[in-house]
Amino acid sequence: MPRTFKEAAIAGIGATEFSKASGRSELQLAAECALAACQDAGVDPHEIDGMITFTIDNSDEIGLARCLGVKDLAYTTRIPGGGAAAAATIAQAMAVVNAGLCKYVLIWRAMNERSQYRFGQNPTNLSGYTGGHGTGSLLWCIPFGAMTPASWAALQAARYMHTYGITNRDLGYVSVQQRKYAATNPKAWFYQRPITLEDHQNSKWIQEPWLRLLDCCQESDGGVALLVTSLERARDLKQPPVRIVGACQSIPYNVEVISNYYHDDLTVMPEAIGTARRLYAQTGLGPADIQAAMLYDAFTPHVLMQLEAFGFCGKGEAAEFVKRGGIAIDGRLPVNTHGGLIGEAYIHGMNSMAEGVRQVRGQSVNQVKNVTHVLVSSGMAGAILGKA
Amino acid sequence: MTASSDTPPVSKPTRIAPIVTPDAKFFWDAADREQFVGQKCGDCGRFTFPPRPMCPFCHSLKRQEVPLSGRGTVHAWTVPRHPQPFGFKEAPIVAVIQLEEGIRMVSNVVGIAPEDMVMDLPVEVTFEPTMNNHKVPVFKPRAR
Ligand SMILES: [Zn+2]
Repeated sequence: MPRTFKEAAIAGIGATEFSKASGRSELQLAAECALAACQDAGVDPHEIDGMITFTIDNSDEIGLARCLGVKDLAYTTRIPGGGAAAAATIAQAMAVVNAGLCKYVLIWRAMNERSQYRFGQNPTNLSGYTGGHGTGSLLWCIPFGAMTPASWAALQAARYMHTYGITNRDLGYVSVQQRKYAATNPKAWFYQRPITLEDHQNSKWIQEPWLRLLDCCQESDGGVALLVTSLERARDLKQPPVRIVGACQSIPYNVEVISNYYHDDLTVMPEAIGTARRLYAQTGLGPADIQAAMLYDAFTPHVLMQLEAFGFCGKGEAAEFVKRGGIAIDGRLPVNTHGGLIGEAYIHGMNSMAEGVRQVRGQSVNQVKNVTHVLVSSGMAGAILGKA
Repeated sequence: MTASSDTPPVSKPTRIAPIVTPDAKFFWDAADREQFVGQKCGDCGRFTFPPRPMCPFCHSLKRQEVPLSGRGTVHAWTVPRHPQPFGFKEAPIVAVIQLEEGIRMVSNVVGIAPEDMVMDLPVEVTFEPTMNNHKVPVFKPRAR
């Protein structure tokens, strides 16, 4: 294949059901969501020639390729940083399609994160913290009782909340809105189960005095896959093509994925600021050009800090923005319209990437009107998706 | 309730031992001797944390292991309520400590109740035992 620059597009999305106990192997979840993404696009899985996932996905490329009958794999890679990898998989897929290295790049993330192991519980295996897993300096947290993502996130959020006088009640507005979206999404674990601000305030402390249970994303079993190809090819496939207008990563000096305490100013997410700057420079777009956003919401403060990093509001103003309905369906910027990781499922951010695609296609159950560009962000990476 | 470091442990320590990597061994070895040390560049004199084999400023490989003052302030803190962290009888106060030398580390604040915690609380180092006969640096309130 001659290597000429090709525009990239997302041609297919696929997912398993989202549950708390899938009852089958992670490899099977991966195979099922991959097949679903190919069928959504109308592409024979045998034709996949690129595969991208997270460093911490437990399924082998070879194992998955053997399920799908992939004829000849031309490219594989994995992205570090836990959920920060979500949007980075799109950036990688775009780059290899741009470079003419692959025709059909499969992105997948599949896990039995609830039934087989739980990120939200104390660790049972410390070897994951010793390097090569993209987990940064977590080994410097463990002996001090900071053993869960919520504890690491609370230490980040604390300085931000303290500096701007943001209370835990203020965070509740994020959860309430996202559960409202989930309540009308039949695929969401919390379908038809909205919450009130009082429910949020009555939920137990996970990290006192910063994060309650309802500030935390779920733990889920399931798999999500995307199929990326050239825009040209995508035009001939089953679904309306979703153009990857731009995509990038940003990992500034002294930043790490969640034990992120070593950079200068803990009231900002320098990685999201870097992603925003790079993405806006790459695309020539800005916050005013974006009608909806899927922002990584492992914990509610991350949503606020990303809203500020991407310039949808000023520093310290995101809580007020959300409180005034800014992320609601009729607000300035509907956010996590599937319910997010809080309301739909925790498939490590990939289910939010899929919702970004649905919003551009006009297929969301909570469809935003007149969408031309959607931002998908996992902090250390982001993409702007648009109509072809 | 207060998690005091002043009362000697009556039973075997239950705190998880540090995960020691080659480039941080000097830090944990010193902690076992109740010494609080950091990494300073042998060429440009700047401090780095976590420890690493190369100075990110001047790329020197000359690492000096120097005593730190042990004084700092609480830059961020939290009390992990659920799940109760493994190895702790009561929920600890976990904190990001801003050290006088301009570096930060995650540790605990002991000898103060959670309800008395405030941001920027002045603290100083002390040590607590872990499983397998190791010690880790933690911090207690100090006079301003
Ligand atoms: Zn130096």
